[in-house]
Amino acid sequence: MAVSPKERIAMPVAGRPPLDVERIRQDFPVLRVLQRGRPIAYLDNAATSQKPQQVIDAIYRYYSEQNANVHRGVHYLSQQATDLYEQARSKVAKFVGTTVGCEIVFTRGTTESINLVAHSYGRQHVKSGDEILISHMEHHSNIVPWQMLCEQTGAHLKVIPINDDGELLLDEFEKLLTPRTKIVSIVHVSNALGTINPVKYIVDKAHAAGAVVVVDGAQATPHLPVTVKELGCDFYALSGHKMYGPTGIGVLYGRAELLERMQPFQGGGDMILSVTFEKTTYNHHPFRFEAGTPHIEGAIGLGAAIDYLHAVGIEKIAAHEHDLLEYGTQRLLEVDGLRLIGTARVKAGVLGFTLASAHPHDVGQILDDQGVAVRAGHHCAQPVMQRFGVPATTRASFGMYNTREEIDRMVDGLHEVNRIFG
Amino acid sequence: MSETRALYEQVILDHNKNPRNFRDMKDATKHVEGFNPLCGDHFTVYVKLDGNTISDVAFKGSGCAISKASASVMTTELKGKTREEAQAVFKRFHLMVTSPVDETVDEDALGKLQVFSGVREYPVRIKCATLAWHALMAALENKQELVTTEEQ
Repeated sequence: MAVSPKERIAMPVAGRPPLDVERIRQDFPVLRVLQRGRPIAYLDNAATSQKPQQVIDAIYRYYSEQNANVHRGVHYLSQQATDLYEQARSKVAKFVGTTVGCEIVFTRGTTESINLVAHSYGRQHVKSGDEILISHMEHHSNIVPWQMLCEQTGAHLKVIPINDDGELLLDEFEKLLTPRTKIVSIVHVSNALGTINPVKYIVDKAHAAGAVVVVDGAQATPHLPVTVKELGCDFYALSGHKMYGPTGIGVLYGRAELLERMQPFQGGGDMILSVTFEKTTYNHHPFRFEAGTPHIEGAIGLGAAIDYLHAVGIEKIAAHEHDLLEYGTQRLLEVDGLRLIGTARVKAGVLGFTLASAHPHDVGQILDDQGVAVRAGHHCAQPVMQRFGVPATTRASFGMYNTREEIDRMVDGLHEVNRIFG
Repeated sequence: MSETRALYEQVILDHNKNPRNFRDMKDATKHVEGFNPLCGDHFTVYVKLDGNTISDVAFKGSGCAISKASASVMTTELKGKTREEAQAVFKRFHLMVTSPVDETVDEDALGKLQVFSGVREYPVRIKCATLAWHALMAALENKQELVTTEEQ
Protein backbone atom coordinates (compact mmCIF):
# COMPACT_ATOMS: atom_id res chain seq x y z
CA MET A 1 0.00 0.00 0.00
CA ALA A 2 1.15 3.50 -0.76
CA VAL A 3 1.78 5.97 2.02
CA SER A 4 -1.31 7.94 3.00
CA PRO A 5 -1.43 11.57 1.86
CA LYS A 6 -1.20 12.76 5.44
CA GLU A 7 2.13 11.02 5.90
CA ARG A 8 3.54 12.29 2.64
CA ILE A 9 2.92 15.93 3.33
CA ALA A 10 4.83 17.86 5.95
CA MET A 11 2.36 18.51 8.72
CA PRO A 12 1.66 22.15 9.49
CA VAL A 13 3.42 23.67 12.45
CA ALA A 14 1.45 25.68 14.98
CA GLY A 15 0.68 29.28 14.08
CA ARG A 16 0.39 30.15 10.42
CA PRO A 17 3.39 28.69 8.66
CA PRO A 18 3.66 29.29 4.95
CA LEU A 19 2.83 26.52 2.57
CA ASP A 20 5.80 24.23 1.97
CA VAL A 21 5.60 24.64 -1.79
CA GLU A 22 8.83 22.80 -2.55
CA ARG A 23 7.56 19.80 -0.63
CA ILE A 24 4.21 19.94 -2.43
CA ARG A 25 5.85 20.22 -5.85
CA GLN A 26 7.54 16.89 -5.25
CA ASP A 27 4.12 15.25 -5.12
CA PHE A 28 3.28 16.35 -8.69
CA PRO A 29 5.17 14.27 -11.27
CA VAL A 30 4.20 16.51 -14.20
CA LEU A 31 6.08 19.40 -12.63
CA ARG A 32 9.30 17.46 -13.22
CA VAL A 33 8.70 17.26 -16.99
CA LEU A 34 11.24 19.32 -18.89
CA GLN A 35 10.37 21.45 -21.90
CA ARG A 36 13.56 22.26 -23.78
CA GLY A 37 15.62 21.54 -20.72
CA ARG A 38 13.64 23.49 -18.15
CA PRO A 39 10.66 22.68 -15.99
CA ILE A 40 7.28 23.89 -17.20
CA ALA A 41 5.82 26.84 -15.30
CA TYR A 42 2.25 25.57 -15.28
CA LEU A 43 0.00 28.61 -14.92
CA ASP A 44 -3.14 27.16 -16.52
CA ASN A 45 -4.82 25.77 -13.42
CA ALA A 46 -8.20 27.29 -14.18
CA ALA A 47 -8.31 25.05 -17.26
CA THR A 48 -7.24 21.99 -15.32
CA SER A 49 -4.95 21.28 -12.40
CA GLN A 50 -2.10 18.79 -12.28
CA LYS A 51 -2.51 15.63 -10.23
CA PRO A 52 -0.51 14.61 -7.16
CA GLN A 53 1.03 11.15 -6.97
CA GLN A 54 -1.50 10.29 -4.24
CA VAL A 55 -4.37 10.65 -6.73
CA ILE A 56 -2.53 8.72 -9.41
CA ASP A 57 -1.73 6.00 -6.85
CA ALA A 58 -5.35 5.72 -5.75
CA ILE A 59 -6.48 5.14 -9.34
CA TYR A 60 -3.62 2.69 -9.93
CA ARG A 61 -4.47 0.83 -6.73
CA TYR A 62 -8.14 0.67 -7.68
CA TYR A 63 -7.41 -0.98 -11.02
CA SER A 64 -4.61 -3.18 -9.63
CA GLU A 65 -6.35 -4.45 -6.51
CA GLN A 66 -9.97 -3.34 -6.18
CA ASN A 67 -11.72 -3.17 -9.55
CA ALA A 68 -15.30 -4.44 -9.88
CA ASN A 69 -18.69 -2.95 -10.63
CA VAL A 70 -20.49 -1.19 -7.82
CA HIS A 71 -23.87 -1.62 -6.15
CA ARG A 72 -24.65 -5.04 -7.56
CA GLY A 73 -22.13 -7.75 -6.79
CA VAL A 74 -22.24 -10.16 -3.90
CA HIS A 75 -18.55 -10.88 -4.29
CA TYR A 76 -15.60 -9.50 -2.37
CA LEU A 77 -14.26 -7.14 -5.03
CA SER A 78 -17.63 -5.64 -5.78
CA GLN A 79 -18.18 -4.94 -2.10
CA GLN A 80 -14.73 -3.37 -1.92
CA ALA A 81 -15.34 -1.17 -4.98
CA THR A 82 -18.77 -0.14 -3.66
CA ASP A 83 -17.29 0.80 -0.29
CA LEU A 84 -14.58 2.90 -1.94
CA TYR A 85 -17.08 4.61 -4.22
CA GLU A 86 -19.42 5.43 -1.35
CA GLN A 87 -16.51 6.51 0.84
CA ALA A 88 -15.61 8.96 -1.91
CA ARG A 89 -19.17 10.31 -1.74
CA SER A 90 -18.83 10.80 2.01
CA LYS A 91 -15.52 12.61 1.52
CA VAL A 92 -17.14 14.96 -0.99
CA ALA A 93 -20.06 15.56 1.37
CA LYS A 94 -17.73 16.51 4.21
CA PHE A 95 -15.57 18.60 1.87
CA VAL A 96 -18.47 20.79 0.72
CA GLY A 97 -19.92 20.99 4.18
CA THR A 98 -22.93 18.71 4.35
CA THR A 99 -23.36 15.71 6.60
CA VAL A 100 -25.86 14.11 4.26
CA GLY A 101 -24.20 11.76 1.77
CA CYS A 102 -27.34 11.37 -0.33
CA GLU A 103 -27.12 15.07 -1.21
CA ILE A 104 -24.04 14.30 -3.31
CA VAL A 105 -24.63 13.17 -6.92
CA PHE A 106 -21.65 12.11 -9.00
CA THR A 107 -21.67 13.54 -12.52
CA ARG A 108 -19.16 13.97 -15.34
CA GLY A 109 -18.33 17.49 -14.21
CA THR A 110 -19.72 20.92 -13.49
CA THR A 111 -21.26 21.15 -16.96
CA GLU A 112 -23.24 17.95 -16.48
CA SER A 113 -24.22 19.00 -12.96
CA ILE A 114 -25.75 22.23 -14.25
CA ASN A 115 -27.42 20.42 -17.12
CA LEU A 116 -28.88 17.97 -14.62
CA VAL A 117 -30.48 20.78 -12.62
CA ALA A 118 -31.74 22.53 -15.77
CA HIS A 119 -33.19 19.29 -17.10
CA SER A 120 -34.64 17.74 -13.97
CA TYR A 121 -35.47 20.64 -11.68
CA GLY A 122 -35.93 23.17 -14.46
CA ARG A 123 -38.43 21.28 -16.57
CA GLN A 124 -40.50 20.45 -13.51
CA HIS A 125 -40.64 23.93 -12.04
CA VAL A 126 -40.06 26.50 -14.78
CA LYS A 127 -42.99 27.58 -16.89
CA SER A 128 -43.67 29.99 -19.71
CA GLY A 129 -43.17 33.59 -18.59
CA ASP A 130 -40.89 32.61 -15.68
CA GLU A 131 -37.42 34.06 -15.44
CA ILE A 132 -33.98 32.58 -14.92
CA LEU A 133 -31.27 34.89 -13.67
CA ILE A 134 -27.59 34.45 -14.47
CA SER A 135 -24.72 36.96 -14.60
CA HIS A 136 -22.60 38.53 -17.30
CA MET A 137 -19.51 36.69 -16.06
CA GLU A 138 -20.78 33.15 -16.53
CA HIS A 139 -18.90 30.36 -18.26
CA HIS A 140 -20.77 29.02 -21.28
CA SER A 141 -21.69 25.98 -19.18
CA ASN A 142 -23.81 28.22 -16.97
CA ILE A 143 -25.43 30.01 -19.91
CA VAL A 144 -26.29 27.45 -22.56
CA PRO A 145 -28.22 24.93 -20.40
CA TRP A 146 -30.50 27.78 -19.25
CA GLN A 147 -30.98 29.06 -22.79
CA MET A 148 -32.02 25.54 -23.76
CA LEU A 149 -34.43 25.39 -20.83
CA CYS A 150 -35.88 28.77 -21.82
CA GLU A 151 -36.40 27.55 -25.37
CA GLN A 152 -38.19 24.46 -24.10
CA THR A 153 -40.38 26.21 -21.55
CA GLY A 154 -40.91 29.73 -22.85
CA ALA A 155 -39.11 31.20 -19.84
CA HIS A 156 -36.83 34.24 -20.16
CA LEU A 157 -33.13 34.51 -19.39
CA LYS A 158 -32.08 37.66 -17.51
CA VAL A 159 -28.51 38.76 -17.00
CA ILE A 160 -27.03 40.55 -13.98
CA PRO A 161 -24.61 43.19 -15.33
CA ILE A 162 -21.04 43.67 -14.07
CA ASN A 163 -18.89 46.77 -13.62
CA ASP A 164 -15.55 47.60 -15.22
CA ASP A 165 -13.68 45.75 -12.47
CA GLY A 166 -15.66 42.60 -13.17
CA GLU A 167 -17.87 42.77 -10.07
CA LEU A 168 -21.59 42.04 -10.01
CA LEU A 169 -23.86 45.07 -9.84
CA LEU A 170 -25.81 43.95 -6.80
CA ASP A 171 -28.34 46.80 -7.02
CA GLU A 172 -29.18 45.65 -10.53
CA PHE A 173 -29.40 42.08 -9.30
CA GLU A 174 -32.01 43.07 -6.74
CA LYS A 175 -33.98 44.95 -9.38
CA LEU A 176 -33.93 41.92 -11.67
CA LEU A 177 -35.20 39.68 -8.91
CA THR A 178 -38.99 39.41 -9.23
CA PRO A 179 -41.71 36.94 -8.28
CA ARG A 180 -41.22 35.51 -11.79
CA THR A 181 -37.61 34.56 -11.00
CA LYS A 182 -37.53 30.81 -10.46
CA ILE A 183 -33.81 30.06 -10.64
CA VAL A 184 -30.72 32.16 -9.97
CA SER A 185 -27.59 30.46 -11.30
CA ILE A 186 -24.34 32.16 -10.46
CA VAL A 187 -20.63 31.44 -10.63
CA HIS A 188 -18.81 31.36 -7.30
CA VAL A 189 -15.38 32.28 -8.75
CA SER A 190 -15.17 33.59 -12.32
CA ASN A 191 -12.79 31.59 -14.50
CA ALA A 192 -12.05 34.55 -16.77
CA LEU A 193 -11.94 37.39 -14.22
CA GLY A 194 -11.11 35.75 -10.91
CA THR A 195 -13.95 37.58 -9.16
CA ILE A 196 -15.22 35.88 -6.01
CA ASN A 197 -18.95 36.53 -5.84
CA PRO A 198 -20.88 37.15 -2.60
CA VAL A 199 -22.82 33.92 -2.86
CA LYS A 200 -24.41 34.04 0.57
CA TYR A 201 -25.79 37.53 -0.07
CA ILE A 202 -27.17 36.40 -3.43
CA VAL A 203 -28.73 33.29 -1.89
CA ASP A 204 -30.45 35.28 0.86
CA LYS A 205 -31.95 37.77 -1.60
CA ALA A 206 -32.97 35.07 -4.07
CA HIS A 207 -34.61 32.95 -1.39
CA ALA A 208 -36.52 35.95 -0.12
CA ALA A 209 -37.87 36.31 -3.66
CA GLY A 210 -38.78 32.63 -3.80
CA ALA A 211 -36.09 31.49 -6.25
CA VAL A 212 -33.69 28.59 -5.88
CA VAL A 213 -29.96 29.18 -6.30
CA VAL A 214 -27.53 27.11 -8.34
CA VAL A 215 -23.83 27.82 -7.81
CA ASP A 216 -21.14 26.98 -10.36
CA GLY A 217 -18.27 26.17 -8.02
CA ALA A 218 -15.80 24.77 -10.55
CA GLN A 219 -13.20 27.46 -9.84
CA ALA A 220 -13.96 27.80 -6.13
CA THR A 221 -13.41 24.40 -4.56
CA PRO A 222 -9.68 24.13 -5.39
CA HIS A 223 -8.97 27.55 -3.94
CA LEU A 224 -11.21 28.43 -1.02
CA PRO A 225 -13.13 26.71 1.75
CA VAL A 226 -16.71 26.01 0.65
CA THR A 227 -19.53 25.15 3.05
CA VAL A 228 -22.81 24.74 1.24
CA LYS A 229 -24.85 24.80 4.43
CA GLU A 230 -23.40 28.20 5.31
CA LEU A 231 -23.88 29.54 1.78
CA GLY A 232 -27.42 28.25 1.92
CA CYS A 233 -27.50 27.49 -1.81
CA ASP A 234 -29.83 24.86 -3.21
CA PHE A 235 -27.41 23.33 -5.71
CA TYR A 236 -23.63 23.50 -5.97
CA ALA A 237 -21.69 22.10 -8.95
CA LEU A 238 -18.01 21.22 -9.08
CA SER A 239 -15.44 19.41 -11.23
CA GLY A 240 -12.85 16.93 -9.99
CA HIS A 241 -10.15 17.84 -12.47
CA LYS A 242 -9.96 21.48 -11.39
CA MET A 243 -9.21 20.41 -7.81
CA TYR A 244 -6.30 18.02 -8.41
CA GLY A 245 -8.55 15.05 -9.15
CA PRO A 246 -9.23 13.16 -12.39
CA THR A 247 -11.18 14.39 -15.41
CA GLY A 248 -14.63 13.01 -16.13
CA ILE A 249 -15.85 13.19 -12.54
CA GLY A 250 -17.86 15.99 -11.02
CA VAL A 251 -20.40 16.57 -8.34
CA LEU A 252 -23.80 18.05 -7.92
CA TYR A 253 -24.71 18.91 -4.36
CA GLY A 254 -28.45 19.34 -4.03
CA ARG A 255 -30.59 19.92 -0.97
CA ALA A 256 -32.18 16.58 -0.10
CA GLU A 257 -35.74 17.88 -0.12
CA LEU A 258 -35.27 19.18 -3.68
CA LEU A 259 -33.46 16.08 -5.00
CA GLU A 260 -36.17 13.91 -3.47
CA ARG A 261 -38.82 15.44 -5.68
CA MET A 262 -36.80 15.72 -8.87
CA GLN A 263 -37.38 13.53 -11.89
CA PRO A 264 -34.43 11.47 -13.21
CA PHE A 265 -31.92 12.99 -15.61
CA GLN A 266 -31.06 9.88 -17.60
CA GLY A 267 -32.59 6.43 -17.58
CA GLY A 268 -30.75 3.14 -17.24
CA GLY A 269 -29.25 0.75 -14.74
CA ASP A 270 -28.51 1.72 -11.15
CA MET A 271 -31.15 4.47 -11.16
CA ILE A 272 -34.07 2.06 -10.76
CA LEU A 273 -35.55 -0.06 -8.00
CA SER A 274 -37.58 -2.31 -10.28
CA VAL A 275 -38.32 -2.52 -13.98
CA THR A 276 -41.13 -4.25 -15.81
CA PHE A 277 -42.35 -3.41 -19.28
CA GLU A 278 -45.42 -1.90 -17.69
CA LYS A 279 -43.81 0.21 -14.99
CA THR A 280 -40.44 1.24 -13.64
CA THR A 281 -39.86 2.43 -10.10
CA TYR A 282 -36.99 4.84 -9.78
CA ASN A 283 -34.31 4.52 -7.17
CA HIS A 284 -34.04 7.20 -4.49
CA HIS A 285 -31.50 10.01 -4.72
CA PRO A 286 -28.60 10.26 -5.33
CA PHE A 287 -28.74 6.96 -7.29
CA ARG A 288 -31.76 8.14 -9.26
CA PHE A 289 -29.40 10.60 -10.97
CA GLU A 290 -26.56 8.17 -11.59
CA ALA A 291 -27.75 5.98 -14.45
CA GLY A 292 -25.34 3.35 -15.69
CA THR A 293 -22.01 2.19 -14.30
CA PRO A 294 -20.51 5.31 -12.77
CA HIS A 295 -17.00 6.70 -13.14
CA ILE A 296 -15.78 4.62 -10.20
CA GLU A 297 -12.09 5.32 -10.68
CA GLY A 298 -12.91 9.02 -11.01
CA ALA A 299 -14.85 9.13 -7.76
CA ILE A 300 -12.05 7.31 -5.93
CA GLY A 301 -9.48 9.66 -7.45
CA LEU A 302 -11.56 12.66 -6.42
CA GLY A 303 -11.72 11.25 -2.90
CA ALA A 304 -7.93 11.02 -2.88
CA ALA A 305 -7.68 14.61 -4.14
CA ILE A 306 -9.92 15.74 -1.27
CA ASP A 307 -7.71 13.86 1.21
CA TYR A 308 -4.76 15.69 -0.30
CA LEU A 309 -6.45 19.11 -0.06
CA HIS A 310 -7.36 18.42 3.57
CA ALA A 311 -3.82 17.34 4.39
CA VAL A 312 -2.31 20.48 2.86
CA GLY A 313 -5.04 22.71 4.24
CA ILE A 314 -7.38 24.69 2.01
CA GLU A 315 -6.90 27.87 4.08
CA LYS A 316 -3.16 27.65 3.61
CA ILE A 317 -3.64 27.11 -0.12
CA ALA A 318 -5.91 30.14 -0.30
CA ALA A 319 -3.35 32.27 1.54
CA HIS A 320 -0.51 31.11 -0.71
CA GLU A 321 -2.49 31.75 -3.87
CA HIS A 322 -3.49 35.17 -2.59
CA ASP A 323 0.18 36.00 -2.17
CA LEU A 324 0.80 34.88 -5.76
CA LEU A 325 -2.14 37.00 -6.93
CA GLU A 326 -0.81 40.12 -5.22
CA TYR A 327 2.74 39.53 -6.38
CA GLY A 328 1.60 38.67 -9.92
CA THR A 329 -0.65 41.72 -10.16
CA GLN A 330 2.20 43.97 -9.11
CA ARG A 331 4.66 42.38 -11.53
CA LEU A 332 2.24 42.42 -14.47
CA LEU A 333 1.59 46.12 -14.04
CA GLU A 334 5.29 46.71 -14.75
CA VAL A 335 4.80 45.45 -18.30
CA ASP A 336 4.28 48.13 -20.95
CA GLY A 337 0.85 48.17 -22.57
CA LEU A 338 -0.62 45.58 -20.21
CA ARG A 339 -4.28 45.87 -19.26
CA LEU A 340 -5.67 43.66 -16.52
CA ILE A 341 -9.12 42.27 -17.29
CA GLY A 342 -10.72 41.53 -13.94
CA THR A 343 -9.75 43.79 -11.04
CA ALA A 344 -12.41 42.91 -8.49
CA ARG A 345 -11.66 43.75 -4.87
CA VAL A 346 -12.31 40.15 -3.84
CA LYS A 347 -10.44 37.88 -6.23
CA ALA A 348 -8.99 34.40 -6.56
CA GLY A 349 -5.67 33.60 -8.25
CA VAL A 350 -6.62 34.41 -11.84
CA LEU A 351 -4.84 37.09 -13.89
CA GLY A 352 -6.43 37.82 -17.25
CA PHE A 353 -4.85 40.52 -19.37
CA THR A 354 -4.24 41.94 -22.81
CA LEU A 355 -1.07 43.45 -24.24
CA ALA A 356 -1.18 46.42 -26.59
CA SER A 357 1.60 45.00 -28.73
CA ALA A 358 0.33 41.49 -29.40
CA HIS A 359 -2.73 39.29 -29.66
CA PRO A 360 -3.22 36.81 -26.78
CA HIS A 361 -2.55 33.92 -29.13
CA ASP A 362 0.89 35.31 -29.94
CA VAL A 363 1.53 36.10 -26.29
CA GLY A 364 0.69 32.51 -25.38
CA GLN A 365 2.98 31.21 -28.11
CA ILE A 366 5.98 33.25 -26.99
CA LEU A 367 5.39 32.27 -23.36
CA ASP A 368 5.17 28.62 -24.39
CA ASP A 369 8.56 29.00 -25.98
CA GLN A 370 9.83 30.03 -22.54
CA GLY A 371 8.21 27.01 -20.96
CA VAL A 372 5.40 29.05 -19.41
CA ALA A 373 1.95 27.48 -19.88
CA VAL A 374 -0.93 29.97 -19.93
CA ARG A 375 -4.29 30.03 -21.65
CA ALA A 376 -5.08 32.34 -24.54
CA GLY A 377 -8.61 32.74 -25.81
CA HIS A 378 -12.10 33.59 -24.64
CA HIS A 379 -12.05 31.03 -21.80
CA CYS A 380 -15.53 29.80 -22.69
CA ALA A 381 -16.83 33.16 -21.49
CA GLN A 382 -17.46 35.08 -24.70
CA PRO A 383 -19.92 37.52 -23.06
CA VAL A 384 -17.12 38.54 -20.67
CA MET A 385 -14.85 39.29 -23.64
CA GLN A 386 -17.65 41.31 -25.27
CA ARG A 387 -18.22 43.23 -22.02
CA PHE A 388 -14.57 44.30 -21.95
CA GLY A 389 -14.36 44.85 -25.70
CA VAL A 390 -11.57 42.35 -26.32
CA PRO A 391 -11.58 39.31 -28.61
CA ALA A 392 -9.62 37.26 -26.12
CA THR A 393 -7.26 37.50 -23.16
CA THR A 394 -4.14 35.79 -21.95
CA ARG A 395 -4.79 34.19 -18.59
CA ALA A 396 -2.47 32.98 -15.86
CA SER A 397 -4.20 31.02 -13.11
CA PHE A 398 -2.52 29.71 -9.99
CA GLY A 399 -2.54 26.49 -8.06
CA MET A 400 -1.04 25.45 -4.76
CA TYR A 401 2.30 24.45 -6.36
CA ASN A 402 3.02 27.71 -8.16
CA THR A 403 5.83 30.03 -7.12
CA ARG A 404 6.83 33.67 -7.42
CA GLU A 405 9.73 32.52 -9.57
CA GLU A 406 7.28 31.11 -12.13
CA ILE A 407 5.51 34.47 -12.23
CA ASP A 408 8.91 36.11 -12.84
CA ARG A 409 9.43 33.79 -15.79
CA MET A 410 6.07 34.83 -17.22
CA VAL A 411 6.88 38.51 -16.80
CA ASP A 412 10.26 38.04 -18.50
CA GLY A 413 8.39 36.38 -21.35
CA LEU A 414 5.99 39.31 -21.62
CA HIS A 415 8.90 41.73 -21.93
CA GLU A 416 10.17 39.48 -24.72
CA VAL A 417 6.75 39.72 -26.41
CA ASN A 418 6.98 43.50 -26.30
CA ARG A 419 10.50 43.34 -27.72
CA ILE A 420 9.40 41.15 -30.65
CA PHE A 421 6.10 42.85 -31.46
CA GLY A 422 6.71 46.36 -30.15
CA MET B 1 13.95 32.05 -28.73
CA SER B 2 15.04 29.97 -31.71
CA GLU B 3 11.71 28.16 -31.98
CA THR B 4 9.38 31.12 -32.11
CA ARG B 5 11.88 33.01 -34.23
CA ALA B 6 11.15 30.39 -36.88
CA LEU B 7 7.44 31.11 -36.58
CA TYR B 8 7.60 34.89 -36.29
CA GLU B 9 9.69 35.72 -39.34
CA GLN B 10 10.54 39.39 -39.84
CA VAL B 11 8.16 39.59 -42.81
CA ILE B 12 5.32 38.33 -40.62
CA LEU B 13 6.10 40.83 -37.87
CA ASP B 14 6.20 43.61 -40.45
CA HIS B 15 2.88 42.68 -42.07
CA ASN B 16 1.31 42.29 -38.63
CA LYS B 17 2.42 45.75 -37.61
CA ASN B 18 1.74 47.42 -40.96
CA PRO B 19 -0.86 45.31 -42.70
CA ARG B 20 -1.26 46.04 -46.45
CA ASN B 21 -4.67 46.62 -48.01
CA PHE B 22 -6.12 46.88 -44.51
CA ARG B 23 -9.33 48.73 -45.34
CA ASP B 24 -12.91 48.10 -46.31
CA MET B 25 -14.13 48.38 -49.87
CA LYS B 26 -17.42 50.08 -50.65
CA ASP B 27 -17.64 48.79 -54.22
CA ALA B 28 -16.51 45.22 -53.55
CA THR B 29 -17.99 42.53 -55.77
CA LYS B 30 -18.22 40.28 -52.74
CA HIS B 31 -17.13 40.21 -49.13
CA VAL B 32 -16.93 37.24 -46.79
CA GLU B 33 -16.28 37.08 -43.06
CA GLY B 34 -13.75 34.64 -41.70
CA PHE B 35 -14.17 33.72 -38.05
CA ASN B 36 -12.23 31.46 -35.74
CA PRO B 37 -14.52 30.99 -32.74
CA LEU B 38 -11.76 29.27 -30.78
CA CYS B 39 -9.48 32.29 -30.57
CA GLY B 40 -11.70 35.11 -31.76
CA ASP B 41 -9.79 35.90 -34.96
CA HIS B 42 -12.29 37.75 -37.10
CA PHE B 43 -11.69 39.25 -40.54
CA THR B 44 -13.78 40.47 -43.44
CA VAL B 45 -12.17 39.93 -46.82
CA TYR B 46 -13.30 42.12 -49.76
CA VAL B 47 -12.71 41.33 -53.38
CA LYS B 48 -13.41 43.29 -56.55
CA LEU B 49 -13.55 41.26 -59.75
CA ASP B 50 -13.00 42.71 -63.16
CA GLY B 51 -14.31 39.88 -65.30
CA ASN B 52 -12.29 36.96 -64.08
CA THR B 53 -9.49 39.05 -62.64
CA ILE B 54 -9.04 40.20 -59.04
CA SER B 55 -8.67 43.92 -59.57
CA ASP B 56 -8.66 44.71 -55.86
CA VAL B 57 -8.58 42.76 -52.60
CA ALA B 58 -8.58 44.09 -49.05
CA PHE B 59 -9.38 43.04 -45.48
CA LYS B 60 -10.45 44.42 -42.12
CA GLY B 61 -10.73 42.93 -38.67
CA SER B 62 -8.61 41.65 -35.84
CA GLY B 63 -6.62 38.59 -35.05
CA CYS B 64 -3.25 37.23 -34.05
CA ALA B 65 -0.04 38.11 -35.85
CA ILE B 66 -0.13 34.96 -37.97
CA SER B 67 -3.69 35.46 -39.17
CA LYS B 68 -3.25 39.16 -39.81
CA ALA B 69 0.08 38.85 -41.60
CA SER B 70 -1.22 35.97 -43.67
CA ALA B 71 -4.24 38.02 -44.75
CA SER B 72 -1.98 40.96 -45.58
CA VAL B 73 0.51 38.93 -47.62
CA MET B 74 -2.40 37.24 -49.36
CA THR B 75 -3.77 40.56 -50.60
CA THR B 76 -0.37 41.60 -51.99
CA GLU B 77 0.15 38.25 -53.69
CA LEU B 78 -3.26 37.87 -55.29
CA LYS B 79 -4.07 41.31 -56.61
CA GLY B 80 -4.09 41.14 -60.42
CA LYS B 81 -4.40 37.36 -60.52
CA THR B 82 -7.27 35.54 -62.19
CA ARG B 83 -9.68 33.52 -60.14
CA GLU B 84 -8.01 30.25 -61.21
CA GLU B 85 -4.51 31.57 -60.54
CA ALA B 86 -5.59 32.66 -57.04
CA GLN B 87 -7.07 29.26 -56.36
CA ALA B 88 -3.85 27.61 -57.49
CA VAL B 89 -1.80 29.84 -55.18
CA PHE B 90 -4.07 28.97 -52.26
CA LYS B 91 -3.69 25.28 -53.05
CA ARG B 92 0.11 25.57 -52.90
CA PHE B 93 -0.05 27.65 -49.73
CA HIS B 94 -2.44 25.23 -48.03
CA LEU B 95 -0.31 22.27 -49.05
CA MET B 96 2.77 23.93 -47.57
CA VAL B 97 1.30 24.82 -44.17
CA THR B 98 -0.18 21.35 -43.77
CA SER B 99 2.87 19.45 -45.00
CA PRO B 100 5.22 17.58 -42.63
CA VAL B 101 7.79 19.79 -40.92
CA ASP B 102 10.76 18.03 -42.51
CA GLU B 103 9.44 18.38 -46.06
CA THR B 104 11.38 20.82 -48.27
CA VAL B 105 9.49 23.93 -49.22
CA ASP B 106 9.34 24.78 -52.93
CA GLU B 107 10.74 28.29 -52.62
CA ASP B 108 10.30 29.20 -56.29
CA ALA B 109 6.65 28.23 -56.41
CA LEU B 110 5.75 29.84 -53.09
CA GLY B 111 7.75 33.06 -53.18
CA LYS B 112 6.97 35.30 -50.23
CA LEU B 113 4.43 32.83 -48.87
CA GLN B 114 7.22 30.56 -47.66
CA VAL B 115 7.65 32.77 -44.58
CA PHE B 116 4.64 30.94 -43.18
CA SER B 117 6.33 27.54 -43.32
CA GLY B 118 7.10 27.83 -39.60
CA VAL B 119 3.40 27.32 -38.92
CA ARG B 120 3.86 23.63 -39.68
CA GLU B 121 5.45 23.17 -36.26
CA TYR B 122 2.38 24.60 -34.54
CA PRO B 123 -0.70 22.71 -35.75
CA VAL B 124 -3.10 24.97 -33.83
CA ARG B 125 -1.81 27.93 -35.82
CA ILE B 126 -2.60 26.47 -39.26
CA LYS B 127 -6.16 27.74 -38.85
CA CYS B 128 -4.80 31.21 -38.14
CA ALA B 129 -2.65 31.15 -41.26
CA THR B 130 -5.45 30.01 -43.56
CA LEU B 131 -8.43 31.92 -42.14
CA ALA B 132 -8.44 34.89 -44.53
CA TRP B 133 -7.60 32.59 -47.42
CA HIS B 134 -10.66 30.46 -46.81
CA ALA B 135 -12.77 33.60 -46.69
CA LEU B 136 -11.35 34.81 -49.99
CA MET B 137 -11.83 31.42 -51.65
CA ALA B 138 -15.46 31.42 -50.53
CA ALA B 139 -15.84 34.91 -52.03
CA LEU B 140 -14.32 33.80 -55.32
CA GLU B 141 -16.63 30.82 -55.47
CA ASN B 142 -19.51 33.12 -54.57
CA LYS B 143 -20.30 30.93 -51.59
CA GLN B 144 -21.65 31.78 -48.15
CA GLU B 145 -20.96 35.09 -46.43
CA LEU B 146 -19.31 33.58 -43.36
CA VAL B 147 -16.69 30.89 -43.06
CA THR B 148 -15.54 29.56 -39.73
CA THR B 149 -12.52 27.45 -38.95
CA GLU B 150 -14.70 24.90 -37.24
CA GLU B 151 -16.43 23.80 -40.43
CA GLN B 152 -13.35 23.15 -42.48
